[in-house]
Amino acid sequence: MTEPIVSSPGDDAASAESAVEIRKLWTVFKSPGRAPQVVHRDLDLTIRRGEVLSLVGGSGTGKTVLLRQILGLEKPTKGEVSVFGAPPGELRAAGAAKVGMLFQRGALFSAFNVLDNIAFALRELKVLPDELIRDAAMVRLQMVGLGPEHAHKMPSALSGGMIKRVALARALIMDAPLLLLDEPTAGLDPESADDFCDLLRSLHRELGLTVVMVTHDLDTLFDLSTRIAVLADQHVVITGTAPEVMAHPHPFIQKYFLGGRGQRAAQALHEPPPVSRR
Amino acid sequence: MHPAGRPGTQPLTTPSSALHTAPSSSRFDDPVSADADRPRLERSSSGAVEAHGCWTALAFSSQRDWKALAASLAQTQAAGAAWDLRPIGQLDHIGGQMLWNHWQHQWPAQLEMTEPQRAVLEQVAQYSVREPEDPQPTWWDYFLRFANRGPHMLETAQRFVTLIGQFVLDLGTMLRAPHRAPWRDISGHLYSTGATALPITALVGLLIGVVLAYLTSQQLRQYGGETFIVNILGLSLIRELGPVLAAVLIAGRSGSAMTAQIGVMRVTEELDAMRVMGIPHGFRLVLPRVLALAVAMPLISLWTSAAAMLGGMIAADLTLGISPGYFMQALPRAVPLANIWLALSKSAVFGVLIALIACYHGMRVLPNTESLGRRTTSSVVISITIVILVDALFAVLFKGVGFR
Repeated sequence: MTEPIVSSPGDDAASAESAVEIRKLWTVFKSPGRAPQVVHRDLDLTIRRGEVLSLVGGSGTGKTVLLRQILGLEKPTKGEVSVFGAPPGELRAAGAAKVGMLFQRGALFSAFNVLDNIAFALRELKVLPDELIRDAAMVRLQMVGLGPEHAHKMPSALSGGMIKRVALARALIMDAPLLLLDEPTAGLDPESADDFCDLLRSLHRELGLTVVMVTHDLDTLFDLSTRIAVLADQHVVITGTAPEVMAHPHPFIQKYFLGGRGQRAAQALHEPPPVSRR
Repeated sequence: MHPAGRPGTQPLTTPSSALHTAPSSSRFDDPVSADADRPRLERSSSGAVEAHGCWTALAFSSQRDWKALAASLAQTQAAGAAWDLRPIGQLDHIGGQMLWNHWQHQWPAQLEMTEPQRAVLEQVAQYSVREPEDPQPTWWDYFLRFANRGPHMLETAQRFVTLIGQFVLDLGTMLRAPHRAPWRDISGHLYSTGATALPITALVGLLIGVVLAYLTSQQLRQYGGETFIVNILGLSLIRELGPVLAAVLIAGRSGSAMTAQIGVMRVTEELDAMRVMGIPHGFRLVLPRVLALAVAMPLISLWTSAAAMLGGMIAADLTLGISPGYFMQALPRAVPLANIWLALSKSAVFGVLIALIACYHGMRVLPNTESLGRRTTSSVVISITIVILVDALFAVLFKGVGFR
């Protein structure tokens, strides 16, 4: 559509313009009567503006916890997280205009119907007329591939895949510059997952979103991400493009990417989408 | 092309992205946009309508800017005019939606825009649909809903009777094979509904005893019947107030907790998981709660009465000079033992009712927050009402028992 807005990973200006900076982060879960459990130890991670970064790691390596710390929902035990140069708490005060989050289980408001769920953040501005808000919410609903007939359903009447789509529509409503996705394609059928990738790619291209994604779906991983960060041994082992990551000798990476499933998915690996910048 | 010289704009962006990238200062720092980013309409020299500024949801969130923009939009005619969107700093889907709605869902005759803007607008145009009609209830629906109340109440009664029947059957199962009963659950609920309720019931009981003693002592002194305070306090606290007070507190404290627990288990499909494993809800969830409360309730009621008597005794000593020694001596003569048995059995019935009502409502929770809240409220309100109702029934039935 447009000429690709490319910046090479080595671009100095781009690395100066980071969306999320995590420095020397420690997360320790303490529960009385048990030994404290160290989840992150001296974790460093920089997410550049306009990239799609996938977080990969085994179960219990603290991927979701990291997302929650970026959102400011949880405070790290030690270390520093900054989002667009400010602590995450300030970001949360600005609300849905700055960051959209797709929670693992959707986290739809069960008391509202689908349309009201999507429109909620816009309506809370208390500025825009209701008609515009409803139209905008309907557009989002269509964008994520749901028909208008679902607009008045309650979340309890939706299937798992539909909940994911509505939650995505809700996360997208304000075109926030930072989008966090926790397992976006888990529970979607392959075709929906492909649709999801297409949608995210086009949004990324048109709006230059920064996307941070936790995923175990190797197809989505290779399809969307400009960079992959691997969490293991309580820190980020490597960040880089898919071929760079796969060349790393860490045993987890070898098992994860070079197992049978990884091989199959990597065969379909094509050029990652360009890094766009806003 | 649009000059990228707004304050805070990153000069390194390519020309086409400059039209669509956020100037970092306005987008990320300050909700009240700088003047250059204010969304607005201007007339160009050639008569075309030029859109300037940031047309984003964030920019519209300023009440002042929005009002100004809405006013100037209202003055601009939609069709026919030539539009130029190229000066727009940033256009997102909300801004696109606004333009599209203003154009009444048609492309204007003449339109100049950049490629990213076209992509956004095309997406809006492609996906814009009217919201489907949400059928509003008619008067007939209201009438049907009203007419349905009777059958609905019968249904509720039937379900509750079923629950009681199931409980009796489960009790039979348990008595036939006591080694398979959920003893651990019973003892757990006994602790959480009984032992942990002791401090609050003691405090409330004590205070009620003090209040009652003070009030009656005022009246009794007028007639010179000070010693009758033992009869009044003893009978009213042990026979009536103790059990009812304890039951009301437990209904609010443990009944609501039971409803919420089972309700959340319903929301998270834990109940379904249990059913799939072949574990009956009645035996595993309802039975232990009901049994635990049936045992705990009489004990708590006795404990509350004791605390209330202590409070009354202290107050009687202070106001009327009736010594605790005399009080304790006169109490057995004033209150026959039958009253304690009556209070204990009454409390056991209260416990069973509170637990059954709480479990009933917990099982009926629908998977949404509103239903959970409503069911918890009804559980507490209904159990308190039923407790008082049943207490009145006991008072009538046993009017000849326990008096001297």
